[in-house]
Amino acid sequence: MAKAALMDFDEALERYEPVLGFEVHVELNTETKMFSAAANPANEKNHSAGPNTLVAPVDMGLPGSLPVVNETAVRYSISLGLALGCSIAPSSRFARKNYFYPDLGKNYQISQYDEPIAFEGQVEVELEGGDIVTVPIERAHMEEDAGKLTHMGGATGRIQGAEYSLVDYNRAGVPLVEIVTKPIFGAEHRAPELAAAYVRAIRDIVIGLGISEARMERGNLRCDANVSLRPRAAAGEPAAPLGTRTETKNVNSMRSVERAVRHEIQRQAAILAAGGTITQETRHWHEDTGTTSPGRPKSDADDYRYFPEPDLLPVAPSAELIESLRAALPEPPAVRRRRLKADWGFADIDFQGVVNAGLLNEVEATVAAGAAPAAARKWWMSEISRIANADGVEASSLVSPGSVAELQKLVDAGTLTDKLARQVLEGVIAGEGSPQEVVDARGLAVVSDDGALIAAIDEALASQPDVLAKIRDGKVQAAGAVIGAVMKAMKGQADAARVRELILERAAG
Amino acid sequence: MSADLIRLSAADLADKIASGEVSSVEATQAHLDRIADVDGDVHAFLHVNAQALDAAQDIDRRRAAGEELGELAGVPLAIKDVLVTTDMPSTSGSKILEGFLSPYDATVVARARAAGLIPLGKTNMDEFAMGSSTEHSAYGPTHNPWDLDRIPGGSGGGSAAAVAAFEAPFALGSDTGGSIRQPAHVTGTVGMKPTYGGVSRFGAIALASSLDQVGPVSRTVLDSALLHDVIGGHDPNDATSLADAWPSFAAAAREGATGEVLTGLKVGVIRELPDSGFQAGVSASFRASLALLEAHGAEIVEVSAPHFEYGVAAYYLILPAEASSNLAKFDSVRFGLRVDVPGGTVEDVMARSREVGFGDEVKRRIILGTYALSAGYYDAYYGSAQKVRTLIQRDFDAAFAGVDVIATPSAPTTAFRLGEKVDDPLQMYLNDVTTIPVNLAGVPGISIPSGLAEEDGLPVGIQFIAPARQDARLYRVGAALETLLVDEWGGPLLDRAPALGSARSDVEGTR
Amino acid sequence: MLARIQLDDDEVERLTGQLSAIVDNIAKVSEVATPDVPATSHPIPLENVFRPDVVGQMLTTAQVLQNAPDATDDRFKVTAILGEEQ
Ligand SMILES: [Mg+2]
Ligand SMILES: [Zn+2]
Repeated sequence: MAKAALMDFDEALERYEPVLGFEVHVELNTETKMFSAAANPANEKNHSAGPNTLVAPVDMGLPGSLPVVNETAVRYSISLGLALGCSIAPSSRFARKNYFYPDLGKNYQISQYDEPIAFEGQVEVELEGGDIVTVPIERAHMEEDAGKLTHMGGATGRIQGAEYSLVDYNRAGVPLVEIVTKPIFGAEHRAPELAAAYVRAIRDIVIGLGISEARMERGNLRCDANVSLRPRAAAGEPAAPLGTRTETKNVNSMRSVERAVRHEIQRQAAILAAGGTITQETRHWHEDTGTTSPGRPKSDADDYRYFPEPDLLPVAPSAELIESLRAALPEPPAVRRRRLKADWGFADIDFQGVVNAGLLNEVEATVAAGAAPAAARKWWMSEISRIANADGVEASSLVSPGSVAELQKLVDAGTLTDKLARQVLEGVIAGEGSPQEVVDARGLAVVSDDGALIAAIDEALASQPDVLAKIRDGKVQAAGAVIGAVMKAMKGQADAARVRELILERAAG
Repeated sequence: MSADLIRLSAADLADKIASGEVSSVEATQAHLDRIADVDGDVHAFLHVNAQALDAAQDIDRRRAAGEELGELAGVPLAIKDVLVTTDMPSTSGSKILEGFLSPYDATVVARARAAGLIPLGKTNMDEFAMGSSTEHSAYGPTHNPWDLDRIPGGSGGGSAAAVAAFEAPFALGSDTGGSIRQPAHVTGTVGMKPTYGGVSRFGAIALASSLDQVGPVSRTVLDSALLHDVIGGHDPNDATSLADAWPSFAAAAREGATGEVLTGLKVGVIRELPDSGFQAGVSASFRASLALLEAHGAEIVEVSAPHFEYGVAAYYLILPAEASSNLAKFDSVRFGLRVDVPGGTVEDVMARSREVGFGDEVKRRIILGTYALSAGYYDAYYGSAQKVRTLIQRDFDAAFAGVDVIATPSAPTTAFRLGEKVDDPLQMYLNDVTTIPVNLAGVPGISIPSGLAEEDGLPVGIQFIAPARQDARLYRVGAALETLLVDEWGGPLLDRAPALGSARSDVEGTR
Repeated sequence: MLARIQLDDDEVERLTGQLSAIVDNIAKVSEVATPDVPATSHPIPLENVFRPDVVGQMLTTAQVLQNAPDATDDRFKVTAILGEEQ
C-alpha cells in the first residue's frame, strides 16, 4: 500500500488541535464467562486450554441455549465503575447488538446500549514528570467477548488473502467491561504520551482491583484510539467544530498506543493541510511499520439494530451493595503513588524509575517486609532487574519481596557483605531456598570468629615479614597487602574492616 | 388390548402401569403400532424414537427392582421438534437444521425423562414455530385427524394431531402466539400456555424470546396438569424462569372435576370481541359453554379490553424483531445447512445457506423484523409495540379486578382446508387474534374442547385466561367445564372423530 | 443486506408485496403508543437474576464440533472472510 504522507509532528500541533477519545476493553478474570458457566480463558487457571474446550451451549449459540448473568462479573463491573469515579445506574440492562460475523456464535453480541451500568466519571492520568491530566469518562458497560479467528493460507496470516479461517469459541463470552471516554481536549503535544498514560492508568486500576490480568499482549486489555484534528481558532474566535475522527484498532501495547496516536495526528494533518478530508473509518495499526491502514468505512452494516435483550433481566444493584463495594475499593493508583513517594523520600527521578520499571508493588512489599526504602529500591532496580533483563523475564517473577527484605537484613546485621549478598541472591533465584538457607547451605556467611581470622593474619604476617616491619614503622597503608591475602584465605567471607583492625592489633602485639 | 391402551388418558395409563396391569413396554409398543398405522396419513411425527422401547424396558426393570418412580413413569410422550433432544434430531421444522443433534437436552425434556416418561418421537410444526397451520413445515404438512384435508393448527399441529389421533397420550408444545391453544381448538384437544416464566425455555429453539412458553398438550385437562407438574418450576438455566413455589396443577384439575369450583366464579367475556368476528358454529359453541357454566353457578360478566385489537399488530412487530435476531445463529458456521458458493466469501455462503435453508414464511418474518429494528424505525415499530404490551397488560389488570377468569373462543374458525390461506399471510395471522394478547401480557391461557361446530362438524375450543401465576385456576375451571361437557356428550369429544389408519381403510377402502 | 439472506428477483417481488401489506397493517400500533405509555420488554418483571461464578458443565470438543459443516484442528472452518473484524 502507498505510504501515507505525514506532517512533521510539531508543525501539525501548531496548525491543529488534537482531540482524543478511547475505548478500552478489559477482560475480567472471573472463574466463568459472562453468560455461561464455562471456565473463563482470561483467568490464569485456563491459559493452556486447547481450542473449543471452554465452551457451553450459549457460547457457540447452540439452538435453545440461553444466557444467565455472572454475579461476580457484575460486582467487578460496579467496582471498576466506582474506581473510574462513575455513578452506578440504579437499573441498567443488556441489549443485543446484531451483526453477522463468524466469531460471534449467536450473530449478536450481548452488550449494554442505552442503559450502561456505570456512567459519568473521570480518571486522573499522570504524565512523565508528574503532571496530572483528568480524563473524562462517558460510560463503562458490560458485554461479552467474541471467539477467535485464525486466518489460514494467506502469506501474511491476515484476513486479506487468506483462503479460509478457523474459529475457536473459547474466548466467546469472556466478560468484558468497555470503558468509553468523552472527547479529551487540551493534551496538545503530549497527546501521544497521554494515550499511553491513560491505558497505563486503566491497567493500574484494574490490577489494583484484582479484576483482570490486564496483560495487553494477551488481549486482556485492548485499546481503540479515536483521533481527530481541528484547526486552531484565531484569538477571540470560537473554537472550530470537532473534526472527523478515525478509530484505530488492534493496538496491543502502551508504546503502540502512543505511536499510533502520533502517527494519526501526523497523517491527518498532512491530509487536511493538503485540502483533503478525513474519512470516518476504523483503521488498523501495524506494529511492524508503525503505520495505520484503512479498515471498513462506516456503512449500513453499522446498523446494529439494538434492542433490549429479552433473555435477560435488568441489573438493579442495591445502594447497600454499591456502598459496600465502594468501601472496599483500594486506594486509587495516582493517590497511592503520591503517598509512597512522600513516605519513601525518593527524588523524582528515583521514584519515577521504579514506576516506569513497573516495580512499585515489589518495592512497597519489600519495604513492608522490613527493608529500608532505599535498600529495597536498590535491590529491585539494580541486581534483580539486571538478572531479569539478562534472562528476559519479569523481575517480579524471580524472587519474592520477603526474600529481598531478608537478604537486606542479613547485610544490615553484618552477616553478609554486599558481594556475598549478591551470591546469596543468585542462590535464592536458583531455587536453593530462602536467603538464610542459601547462606547455610553454601557457607557464605562472613567469618566473625576472631580466632580463625587471627590464625590467618598471623600466617600472612609471618610469610611477609617486610610488610610487618613497614606496619610497625607506622606505614599503616601497607596493611592492605595483608588484608588481601587474608580475604583470599577466607574466600571473601570476612569483614575487611575487622581484618584491618586485627592486623594492626597483631602487628602492634 | 393395544387399541384400548392408546385410548386411555395418560392418568389412567399411568395407573395401569403403576399397578402392574400393563407394562411400559406394552404401552409404548401400542403407541408405536398406532403411529405405524396412522401416521402415514396424519404425519404428526418427524422422527420416531428408535430407543423408545429401551427406555420403556428400563422403567419396567426399575419398577420390578422396587425403585420408587414418578406418578407418570412409563407413560409415552410426544415432543414438539422445537425442543432439543440428545437422542433424536431437532429441526424446529426447518430444512436448515435437518439432522441436527443437540449435545444437550431441553430442561423440559430432561425433566420428562427424569419423571420416567418415554419419548416417543418429535412432532411436526411450522418452521421455527411460525404459522398457524403446520403447512410451513419444511417436511410437509400435518393433517387434522378429524378431516385429513384440513389443517391441524399451528405451529404445534404435530403435537395436537398426535394426541388427537391417539398416537400419544400427551405431548409437549410451545406457544408464542397460540401455537398450543389454536391447534388444540381445531383438533378437539386440550392445550395450556403457562404463565411466562412458569416453564423453562432452556432448550426450546427460540422464536420470540419474550413470548415463547413451553406447555402441555393432551386429551384431558388432568393430563395437561400432570405434565405441567413434571416440566414446570424454576430453572437456573433460564433467567426469565420464575422462582415461585407452584401448587400441584393435578390437584387443581382433580378439584375442578368435582364441579363445585363454579359456584360464584366470575367469568369475564370481552366486549370488544363480538360474536360477529367468529364463525357461527364457533360462537354458538362458545355461548353454549358459557350457559352451561352459568347454569352451574358461575356468573358471566362483560369486561372491556379496548387494546386487544392492537394485539395482532404489536405481535407481528415484536415476534419478527426478536425472531430476526434469534434466527441469526443459523449461519452455516457451527451447525446446520451449508450451501457452498464456489469462490464465494463466508458472507456469500451464509446468505446462500439461509436462502436455501429457510422457507418463505421465515424469510418474510426475518426481513420484517430486520426492518422493524433498523435505525430510524425502532421507535415507530418495536418501541410502539412494546407500549401496546403495556396497554394490553393494563386491560387485563382492569378486567381481572372484577373477574376470576376471562373466556374467549380459542380461535375465530374451525380447521380450514390445507392450502386455503397459505398464500395470504395477513389472513393467516388473524387466526391468533384471541390467543396473542395472552402471550403479550405473559398471563396463562388454556384451550379445552367445547364441542363441534354445527355447520361443519369440526371441533371448537374455549379459551380461559387467568392472571399471571394463577395457572392452577385454569386447571380448576377447565376441568370443571370439561366434566360437565363430557357428561353432556356422554363421552369424550374425540370419540366422535372418524377412524384412522387400518380401521379407516376397513371402512373406506384404501386411498 | 442486514438479514443476510440472498433473495432472487421472484422472491423479492413476492415477499415485498406481502410485506408492504403487513407493514401497513401493523403501523396501527402507533395510534395508541403515546409517549406517556412505558414499554414492556418482559411480560413478568424480574431483576437481578444472576448465576454464581462457579464453573459448571461444559461441552466436550467433540460435542462442540458434532454438527459442524466443516472443521479442522478442533476448530470450525469457514471460507475466506471479506469483511473486517468489528
Ligand atoms: Mg467499541
Ligand atoms: Zn465493546
